[in-house]
Amino acid sequence: MTLEPVMEVTVNDLKHLLSERAAEGDTLLLNMGPQHPSTHGVLRLLLELDGEIIVRCIPDIGFLHTGIEKNMEAKTYVKAEVMTDRLDYLNTTGNNLVYVMAIEKLVGLDVPARAEVIRVLIVELQRIASHLVWLGTHALDLAAMSVFFYCFREREKILDILEMCGGQRMMTTYFRPGGLWRDTPVEFESAVRDFLKVFPRRIDEYEALLTKNPIFIDRTKGIGIIPKDKALEWGLTGPTLRGSGIEYDIRRAFPYAGYENYEFDVATDDGCDVYARYTVRMQEMRESLKIVQQALDNMPMGPVNSANRKFVPPPRSELGHSMEAVIHHFKLWTEGFEAPKASVYMPVESPRGELGVYLEGDGGPKPYRVHFRTPSFTNLQAVPWLAEGHYVADLVAIIGSIDIVLGDTDR
Amino acid sequence: MGIEQKLGDMGVVTARLEDLVNWGRTRAMWPMLFGLACCAIEMMSAQAANYDMSRFGMELMRASPRQSDLMIVAGRVSRKMAPVLRRLYDQMPDPKWVVAMGDCASCGGVFNNYAIVQGVDEIVPVDVYVGGCPPRPEALIHGIMTLHEKVKLESFKDWS
Repeated sequence: MTLEPVMEVTVNDLKHLLSERAAEGDTLLLNMGPQHPSTHGVLRLLLELDGEIIVRCIPDIGFLHTGIEKNMEAKTYVKAEVMTDRLDYLNTTGNNLVYVMAIEKLVGLDVPARAEVIRVLIVELQRIASHLVWLGTHALDLAAMSVFFYCFREREKILDILEMCGGQRMMTTYFRPGGLWRDTPVEFESAVRDFLKVFPRRIDEYEALLTKNPIFIDRTKGIGIIPKDKALEWGLTGPTLRGSGIEYDIRRAFPYAGYENYEFDVATDDGCDVYARYTVRMQEMRESLKIVQQALDNMPMGPVNSANRKFVPPPRSELGHSMEAVIHHFKLWTEGFEAPKASVYMPVESPRGELGVYLEGDGGPKPYRVHFRTPSFTNLQAVPWLAEGHYVADLVAIIGSIDIVLGDTDR
Repeated sequence: MGIEQKLGDMGVVTARLEDLVNWGRTRAMWPMLFGLACCAIEMMSAQAANYDMSRFGMELMRASPRQSDLMIVAGRVSRKMAPVLRRLYDQMPDPKWVVAMGDCASCGGVFNNYAIVQGVDEIVPVDVYVGGCPPRPEALIHGIMTLHEKVKLESFKDWS
């Protein structure tokens, strides 16, 4: 393939984005990314610097634009689900959840109680895994290397549980419209109980390394202040919003998948800075553990898939003796099910904030339009005004505290 | 306990220079810290405690292409990223190697569309392809072991 050269621009081309001092050569333009260890992926930031101080910060996104939304239009509803895993690759099952719930809302499909509980359990485990990657990399950016190794040690335990259920470590596609791919294996419960037993002590370990660490506090307290009103104005969601003291969690505000049945607190902190967002996420991991514990203790028995054969394929055992089952199976795997000409919006609380999917059907077996309202994209908008006036080294802490995933931003 | 036990009191070993140099290259191959997408998370797992790539002299991820020997293309390469990736490859000093990690980097994977380069071998020469979406850390380590085997057979001519 032919490559277009890397774009070279002059200060004049960027005049509208920079401060007036840039034209006189008073300030320095510095390129950060797309290959930079602290931008958490392929984010490019163009910085205008006055010495060490950031005057302007201009994000350039799209280096990971994958065309997922467009690609999903070319696939049937079920086949398009594998794409959702690859959006926000730290919250794979959460993306599955929002997509299958949108389909269920669109076609009016029921989900058995057991499947709902397993879904909540898996998604909360995934939330912990996502926060662990965030914590590890955030601490690594702030030069606390050992936290990274501890976090990934525990994350492997969660990935083992996901692998046990879905057969894959990350891209499980375990949730399907109308339920799950299959029931959990027998060793699932003991594996989750083991994790529940060890993990609270592990969180204490991380906190022992960071919470009162003077270097960590110096790097995070008073950095990247998001005032309450500004957080609302910019549509920030998730821990970034809750770190500004606003108690808004979609699990609580608009409960889905049976979240109204669980007891948990919405973690908030009034600090508004990077440190506050850190404490919120640490607290959220403990709250997620509570939900996992409740889900495991109150796991109902029963089927994990809807009995509606127009949308859910029949079990393999039926195929041998039921002609109808064979027809349903054939129809579902060749053509897929048809969804009505209608549109739905389904939001869930991902580890990063409000993850919503807008799904429009045109009466056929393929979606007419799929659009994701991703939290990373919205939260990233805060970075330019957050960075202004800070040191370059603090920008690393700010990006880390917003917890962006570029797959989620660029889609 | 060490090399002296194997050597006795000889003090001198003869070997082909190429073998020695290649052995050295495989034992301290520094990958570039360059994550693109999902596979980068698995690459981080491979670096972390459970899989620990430092067993193979590869714990030192360099953030600068000027200091690295190996580029692990971990993830999907979009058309916007392709020129950047090529520039990074050009900036790496010889000898240099490329591992295409995952289906997207190897052949485009599930994303057969306008945005994604259908295999990173369209823009940089690839030595080892690692399949999987994303590959397990073991698969990445196996890919790197395979690359080491390849490097051991190289001659100086290849890089002159």
